[in-house]
Amino acid sequence: MHGFANPTRFLSLAKWLTPLLLLSGIVLVAGSLAWGLFMVPPDRLMGETVRILFIHVPSAWLGMGGWMAIAISSLMFLVWRHPLAALAARAAAVPGMVFTAICLATGSIWGRPTWGTWWEWDGRLTSMLVLLFLYAGYIALAQAVARDGGSSRIPAIFGLLGAINIPIINRSVVWWNSIHQPPSITIGKSAIDIAYLIPLGVAVLGFSLLFGGVVLARMRALLADVQTEARLRRMALDG
Amino acid sequence: MSGLKAKHQRLILVAIALIAIIGAGLLAAWGLRNQANYFYLPDQLVAAPPSVGQPVRLGGMVADGSIETLADGITVSFIVTDQEDARVPVRFSGILPDLFVEGSGVVAEGSLNEQGVFIADNLLAKHDENYVPRELQEMSEHQAARMAEETTVGLE
Repeated sequence: MHGFANPTRFLSLAKWLTPLLLLSGIVLVAGSLAWGLFMVPPDRLMGETVRILFIHVPSAWLGMGGWMAIAISSLMFLVWRHPLAALAARAAAVPGMVFTAICLATGSIWGRPTWGTWWEWDGRLTSMLVLLFLYAGYIALAQAVARDGGSSRIPAIFGLLGAINIPIINRSVVWWNSIHQPPSITIGKSAIDIAYLIPLGVAVLGFSLLFGGVVLARMRALLADVQTEARLRRMALDG
Repeated sequence: MSGLKAKHQRLILVAIALIAIIGAGLLAAWGLRNQANYFYLPDQLVAAPPSVGQPVRLGGMVADGSIETLADGITVSFIVTDQEDARVPVRFSGILPDLFVEGSGVVAEGSLNEQGVFIADNLLAKHDENYVPRELQEMSEHQAARMAEETTVGLE
C-alpha cells in the first residue's frame, strides 16, 4: 500500500487502471440495468416499481462507501502524511455526493407508490440526508483549503468525524421504528429472491467499478493540477 | 514515550480520538432511542396512551380479517396489532396505498378519540424486507396447496 504513495508509481498504475475500471464498470452497469429494467419479473406486492432497486441500492452503497473512502484516506493522511491520501479523499467526495443524491431521489420516487409518501422525517431518510449535507460541507472545506492554502489536516479531521454517521445510517432501521424496512441482506442471509439478487449483485459491482474509475480519473486530474501549478511557479521564478 | 516514532504517536492519538468520537456518537444515538422513533407500536400506545386529540403515528400489522368498509363507502376500519397482544382499532377515510392489505405493515398518522379509536388522517404502507417475484409466490402457494392436499389424503 505504501508503495503507491509515490505519485510516479501511482500515475503509471492509474494510467491503465482508470480506463479498465471505467469500461468494465460501464459494461456491467448497462448489462445489469437492462436485466433489471426489462427482464426480472415484477414483485408480488410492489409490482413493476421493484426495478428501482437496481439503481437505489448501488447508489446507497456508494453514497456510504464514498464516505468510508474519505474516512480511511483521511486516517492514512493524518497518521502517515501521504499527500496522495488527501487527494484520494478529495477525489471521492463529489462522486460520493452524486450517488447519495441519486439514492435520495430514487428512494423518494419509490416511496410515493409503495409507502404513499415522497418524504418522511424518519431515522433512515433523515440520516441519509445528513450524509448529503456532510458531503457538501466536506467538498466546500476541501476546496477552500486547496485554493486558499491551509492545512489539509482540517478536511481530514472533518472526514473522520463525519464517519460516525455511517453506522447510524446502517443501524437506523434496527434501532428505531422506521418506515424503511430492515436490511434485506445480512451476513449469510438474503430476503431478496435470487431472481433479483443476481442482477442486483452485478449492478453493485458495476457501479463500484465505475466509482473507482471516476475517483482514479479525478486523482490524476488533481495531480496534474498540482504539477502544472508547480511548473508555472518555477517558470515565473526563472523568468 | 520519547522513543516512539512520530507517526506511531499520531496513530495512537487518532485511535484515541476515534474511540472518543464513536463513543460520543453511540451515546447520542442511545439517548435518542425513544425520541427518534418514527411511530408508536400498538403495545406502546396501549401502555401509555397519548392524550385525546394529540397527533401521533401508530405502526404495526393490519390484523387478518379486520378490514371493513363502513356504510359511507369511503371509511375503512381495521385493527392494528403487533407480536404482543395489543390491538388498536383504527378508522380512516381516504385513498388507500397499494400495499395496504391484511397482514402487511402500516403506519397511521392521526390521534385517539374518546372511545379509544385511532382516527387516521393519513395512511402509509410499510414494505417488509422480502422481495419475491409474483409468479414465484403464486407457484409456491399452489405447491403448498397441493402438498396440503397430498398430506391430508385419507385423513377424513
